Amino acid sequence: MDTTSFLIQQLINAIFLGSIFSLIALGYTMVYGIIQLINFAHGEMFTAGSFAGLIVLMGLQKVGFVDSHFILSMVLVFGLGMAYVAVLGVSIEQVAYKPLRNASRLAAILSALGMSIFLSNGMMLSQGVSDRGFPPVFGWDGFRIMDAKISYGQVFIIILAFALMYSLWIFVTSTKLGKAMRATAQNKPMARMLGINVDKTIRVTFMIGPGLGAAAGIMVGLYYGSVRFDMGFIYMIKAFAAAILGGIGSIPGAMLGGMIIGFVEVAWSAFLPSEWKDVTTFVVMILVLYLKPSGLLGQSATEDKV
Amino acid sequence: MAELLLKNITMKFGGLLAVDNLDLEVPSGKILSLIGPNGAGKTTVFNLITGVYKPTEGTITYNGKTLNGLHSNKVVSRGIARTFQNIRLFNSMTVLENVQVGLHCRTKSGAIRALLNTPFLVREEKEIEDKAMAVLEFLGLESFRNDYASNLDYGNQRRLEIARALATKPGTLLLDEPAAGMNPKETADLMDLILKIRDTGLDIFLVEHDMRLVMGISDMITVLDYGQKIAEGTPKEIQNNETVIEAYLGSGGKK
Repeated sequence: MDTTSFLIQQLINAIFLGSIFSLIALGYTMVYGIIQLINFAHGEMFTAGSFAGLIVLMGLQKVGFVDSHFILSMVLVFGLGMAYVAVLGVSIEQVAYKPLRNASRLAAILSALGMSIFLSNGMMLSQGVSDRGFPPVFGWDGFRIMDAKISYGQVFIIILAFALMYSLWIFVTSTKLGKAMRATAQNKPMARMLGINVDKTIRVTFMIGPGLGAAAGIMVGLYYGSVRFDMGFIYMIKAFAAAILGGIGSIPGAMLGGMIIGFVEVAWSAFLPSEWKDVTTFVVMILVLYLKPSGLLGQSATEDKV
Repeated sequence: MAELLLKNITMKFGGLLAVDNLDLEVPSGKILSLIGPNGAGKTTVFNLITGVYKPTEGTITYNGKTLNGLHSNKVVSRGIARTFQNIRLFNSMTVLENVQVGLHCRTKSGAIRALLNTPFLVREEKEIEDKAMAVLEFLGLESFRNDYASNLDYGNQRRLEIARALATKPGTLLLDEPAAGMNPKETADLMDLILKIRDTGLDIFLVEHDMRLVMGISDMITVLDYGQKIAEGTPKEIQNNETVIEAYLGSGGKK
């Protein structure tokens, strides 16, 4: 393989991995933006989404629906998987975070950690401790750009990830509910004073964030072909780093941060010993925070707080 | 008929009596000012009306319906809007977006409908934008529509706060020290603006320290001291009221 092909190959890998991190990071940043809480259970949302997608996919495959209606099956796998996790996300908010909204920040963080352990163990008990295989729906078909091989699965996942991020952007910037969400994030009492139902807005945030995490989980399952109850952890840590690096609370920041982490990781694995790739993520994060503590696109923490 | 009516309102914070058995009515289509020394309980009265606090005793009614126990967002949809003493704009939104947020409670909800029905969404967004622009024009802020709220000068930030409150289509507007920090020119503009708003048919309830503004535009004035109403009347009556002078200057002010 010549150098150009190699670079194209790595570029595709980086965009793929970056989109996954971006989708997960969005969940962190949106929840943090609206209630200033790091949702440590977010990694479990990702894994739960992957399992839910797998269950739907296996069901559809059993009745032969995947072969006859491939696109519709994918819509169902992602739609139902994301919907399930959206409901899960709202339930967690109601049970574990809402009662603590006026308590100290630490109480809510401990509750989030507890939720994470609870869900992770729940998935271990219900889905088992070993890897569960995803049916290889995309196969190895693909096309070549020079010598770089790009599978249709990769293309599908990248397009879907960007479509989801674009929809989120449109939602947040130009719909009524999206504006209510930004207003709530900036100043809750004032938002309330303008007739916004803050609790509802928070619930919607807890549907969208985990929903996007679930989409990332299904993508990882489809692409790497397996899912495990604890696979959310490493993605969670890296996406968290991405959200911090982009500026926690900033939606474009999470998208950018995810892409940077994806590119750094792929670049490192391509040219340097790959066992160190996880370290680089955090080195990059530490460097950015050292130079710009609020993250690349973040605002300083004191702003807009009354 | 009075629109906003407070009856026997008492508010205690622990042992502190912030508002003591207050009766108050905001007359329809008029400007009522609430004045009093610092700590007299003026802002507390606003917070009680807008559902930030729940009164310990007493009832608040608006157009004959009780407001007690309603959340702030419900109070707004009943028709009471307010601004704050310290400016609380959404700084990372544009001027237009700030006003659009204010329109929130006056447009059809239906998130699912909006997401599934693009023409509906586009139409609704267009409608919101037109309404928001109309409010900005009323306040003379239309040329700043795409600026970030944080980039406006102080006087215009105050105006934008009022614009955002007006966007909720209130029947009654509560202004909490709107002239705070303004220079005399800005205060004079503000007086004209408040009169212009009243003339559109709104009731205005004003808390203010700037006596020139209060005396210049109020139809009625209520004076509060230590949570109690000590006087009530037209600007002229209040200016000559002994109790009021004493509350402001202390009894040493008496000759």
